[in-house]
Amino acid sequence: MHLTPDHIVFFRWGVVHLNATILFTWILIALLTTFSWLITRRLAGPEEPRSRWQNAMEVIVETIRGQIRALCPVGADTYLPFVGSLFLFIVSSSLLEIVPGWHAPTASLSTTAALAISVGVAVPVFGVISQGFAAYFRHYLRPTFIMLPFHLMSETSRNLALAVRLFGNIMSGAMIAAMLLAIAPFFFPVPMQILALLTGVIQAYVFAILAMVYIAAAVQRGQEG
Amino acid sequence: MDRVIMIGIASIVGAAFCMAIGAIAPALGEGRAVAQALAAIAQQPDESATISRTLLIGLAMIESIAIYCFVIAIVLIFANPFWNYVIAKAGG
Repeated sequence: MHLTPDHIVFFRWGVVHLNATILFTWILIALLTTFSWLITRRLAGPEEPRSRWQNAMEVIVETIRGQIRALCPVGADTYLPFVGSLFLFIVSSSLLEIVPGWHAPTASLSTTAALAISVGVAVPVFGVISQGFAAYFRHYLRPTFIMLPFHLMSETSRNLALAVRLFGNIMSGAMIAAMLLAIAPFFFPVPMQILALLTGVIQAYVFAILAMVYIAAAVQRGQEG
Repeated sequence: MDRVIMIGIASIVGAAFCMAIGAIAPALGEGRAVAQALAAIAQQPDESATISRTLLIGLAMIESIAIYCFVIAIVLIFANPFWNYVIAKAGG
């Protein structure tokens, strides 16, 4: 039994290993890019009739934008590309589990750590853009400089929590399915698989919303004083 | 060989207790959170969107504690570093 898709190696070339995580991440990136490009190639104007693909795309984008706006009313469109890509990547990697042979790349701690690191980089970047360098980093010294290590610790641990939460949820879904296949095949893995799909969507939502909460906290800290 | 058995027993018992105790506290916490959120929705049905969004985020936060325990238990059983170390030492 494979704990994570990291252990499935397709191809070795010296120190470079092509494992299932990297391969399925590439496939997912290619799928998402191709679909987005195909749909947005010929966008209809405001008066023209829309194709059904464009309608679907608009529903997705508008929903994500609405969720972001509920957390951060000012400048929601600035964060839409980042948070929306995170959500779409995680949700499609979980939902493609229904394709036989698919290994969700988010079942590997490397992928989720990369996503969490990108959130950890994006939060100070958005904070600095909205408040300026000195104003953003001054909050680490509030209320006194003694709080500096605690601020750093809290930022590190919440990014670690982001990575481990997503990894644990997705990995446990795949692992429970594998165990049930060995113990009670045919019927029992199916409801657990459905539960894993639900968990995957909820975790994608939670990951994106938490990233947005952290960004909104970093951005709005300056506006409130 | 004796040490290998000891490590095996300790890992399995440790994983079992980790999962058992680690599931109790988040379950109690999630139950309280859901009960409070239901009471809040019953009082203010108009605010149900905000309440359920906050509830979901909070539940995910609470549940991540149980997930940490699960990850530790899985590591203890399937990818135990101490076990691998002793096996490698005994083998080589």
